[in-house]
Amino acid sequence: MTDFLNALVALTNFVIVPGMAYGAQLALGALGVTLIYGILRFSNFAHGDTMAFGAMATIFITWTFQAWGISFGPLPTAILALPFAIMITALVLLGTDRVVYRFYRRQKSDPVILVIVSMGVMFIMNGIVRFMIGVGDIRFSDGERFIISARDFKAATGLKEGLAIKTTQGITIVTAIIVVAILFWFLNKTRTGKSMRAFSDNEDLALLSGINPERVVMVTWIIVGALATVAGTLYGLDKSFKPFVYLQLLLPIFAAAIVGGLGNPLGAIVGGFIIAFAEVTITYPLKKVLGYLLPESLEPDGLVQLLSTDYKFAVSFVILLIVLLVKPTGIFKGQSV
Amino acid sequence: MTESLRTPLLFALVAVLIIGTGIFQDWNVALLLLNYGLISAIMALGVNLQWGFAGLFNVGVMGFVALGGLAAVLISMPPVTEAWAEGGARTIGGLLIGAGAIVATIFAQRKFQGRLKLWGTIAVALIGFFLFRAVFDGGVAAVEAVNPAGTGYLGGLNFGGENYKEWGFMALVAWPVGGLIAAGAAWVIGKVALGLRSDYLAIATLGIAEIIIAIMKHEDWLARGVKNVNGLPRPVPYELELQESATFVERANALGFDAVYASNLFTKLLYTGYFAVVLLILLWLAQKALNSPWGRMMRAIRDNEVAAEAMGKDVTARHLQIFVLGSAICGVAGAMMTTLDGQLTPGTYQPLRFTFLIWVMVIVGGSGNNFGAILGGFLIWWLWVQVEPMGLALMNFITAGMPEGSALKEHLLDSAAHMRLFTMGVILLLVLRFSPRGLIPER
Repeated sequence: MTDFLNALVALTNFVIVPGMAYGAQLALGALGVTLIYGILRFSNFAHGDTMAFGAMATIFITWTFQAWGISFGPLPTAILALPFAIMITALVLLGTDRVVYRFYRRQKSDPVILVIVSMGVMFIMNGIVRFMIGVGDIRFSDGERFIISARDFKAATGLKEGLAIKTTQGITIVTAIIVVAILFWFLNKTRTGKSMRAFSDNEDLALLSGINPERVVMVTWIIVGALATVAGTLYGLDKSFKPFVYLQLLLPIFAAAIVGGLGNPLGAIVGGFIIAFAEVTITYPLKKVLGYLLPESLEPDGLVQLLSTDYKFAVSFVILLIVLLVKPTGIFKGQSV
Repeated sequence: MTESLRTPLLFALVAVLIIGTGIFQDWNVALLLLNYGLISAIMALGVNLQWGFAGLFNVGVMGFVALGGLAAVLISMPPVTEAWAEGGARTIGGLLIGAGAIVATIFAQRKFQGRLKLWGTIAVALIGFFLFRAVFDGGVAAVEAVNPAGTGYLGGLNFGGENYKEWGFMALVAWPVGGLIAAGAAWVIGKVALGLRSDYLAIATLGIAEIIIAIMKHEDWLARGVKNVNGLPRPVPYELELQESATFVERANALGFDAVYASNLFTKLLYTGYFAVVLLILLWLAQKALNSPWGRMMRAIRDNEVAAEAMGKDVTARHLQIFVLGSAICGVAGAMMTTLDGQLTPGTYQPLRFTFLIWVMVIVGGSGNNFGAILGGFLIWWLWVQVEPMGLALMNFITAGMPEGSALKEHLLDSAAHMRLFTMGVILLLVLRFSPRGLIPER
């Protein structure tokens, strides 16, 4: 029995908790991608760098607060900074839309042209972030480090394995739940949200029934700004902030959105967790867990690590390929044909 | 300005820019710029083939470039005999088992029926995977244990022995081989991904490029991973040899050059010659292809896939064909670049530099026009290099009035290097907005 509990704790500690946190971050990122795809109908390559920009805005405001001596008790100051950073990011996105994207929308350009345009925006955003904050590694998490530390857990339960939950992991999951709840309430219950869904389902019909497309697009960018800022900040809090990493996150985020079905918000969340858990499980050495579960004679010699962590991209990629080959519209029916 | 004048004038502008660099900065810098410009032009030619001719959205250029670089190591470096003896057979055997496992999995997926289809396929894949790891891991450990500080990899196919560096022609052999390896990878990728719509193809190629880089970074037995392979043989003489050669020094002095300076210029000029020949051959081929019935068919498919299919054209097969050809060109360019660098450094491959920058070149130059792509290659490369000193000069100007040692001044001066990404984005957006067909549009 204790062996089983130890195995369970080890699995929770190394796979489930990190997987949940990472999944929440990916899901928030994928929601942004999927909303843009649903309403504006292109794959936004600049989304990773939008997340970096949002996280950077949070960091600057956090530093300002810290300089003023404002803190959030045991929680990271970054949480306080978040609303302000969202405002900044949303304003920047609205500005980008006004200066860049609107022209092509009015021209009814091919979606692929918009993708190339978003490549240009990606360069500019990436340049701005590097220019303003540099390329170094930045840790901006303060407050308590752990909700439960491994030592306390061991002392309380008497088990050999410890369970540690970092504050940032807890915050990630709680924040993600709150944000997603608000988003779904907005999309399903409010007038604007309903008009957004109508616009996404059938643009012509929505226009005929008097929905103002510019307003829908504006609201979409604001929501995307919020989602990107929250996702970027949570990822930065949990790991650390590095502008370059966000470009690399683009791949798992797109994989999550496509696996769930591009344009489908629920799919984006499910996809995010699928990708995250697959990545964490396949790259985690399972020796410890199996060691508790199996009788001694069967205990594995190696690490039982299916793939080295260096290949975590390969995991999201293979899942993406399988889903595309088996069910091209994603698990939940996306818009794509 | 008439169309016919536009092309020569724009190319003259590029010449002026490069010559200007030589006059105002240094001729070494100018030649280096020219050499990398030639390589960039070749990469742009490859992407233009895919995007301009066929409308394929490939954002995995970095992967193919890196595979070309890998070829440069695998062909022009000498084999590590000891490593081959210790674990070579086992490593290669493991790879063969891995390949066999993939084939068996595909076979199982095709042949099994009903419920067996899913679980049977998964079972075959898992068994194959563990067999592969069991054999392969041991081989890799043995190979990597052989002198890890110096070699620790299997080496290449240069059988020049001790004097492998004198077999510089192996570097030339590596260039077409780089193209072949990239073409092979592109064929596999294309088989799987080309049926997808354009955005999905983009994401798929983006992912594959990252995976290729991950493999090159972490499979030390292949090309030493992030420990890099240095001192690749080169097809041109070494500067030191030239400086020791009496005839060379004499001739250099006769022309009024310092021997060291002259030797640097001379080797770079030789590279320029090689690269220019490759570029001209590829340009000639691409022009021939563009103006042939095959090229017209490609553009017909690009402009209207449904109509082309109705006319009996096999769209998927043609797409696969041009995807392989374009990627092969990128592979050749990648091998050339690694030879020019003299080292393979997988850690330096970044999508912004090796994928998206090439895209900027093609879009700015003019997609669908080979001369446009080449022009874009030179022009954007020149800017990419020169924006940094320009940004620094600008920052020096802006910060001139600020007090010495102020934090803002230091930050601005340090960050000037990042101006280039910003500039590239602005240029791309400006061209897309005001001249969407590029500087030299498709005819």
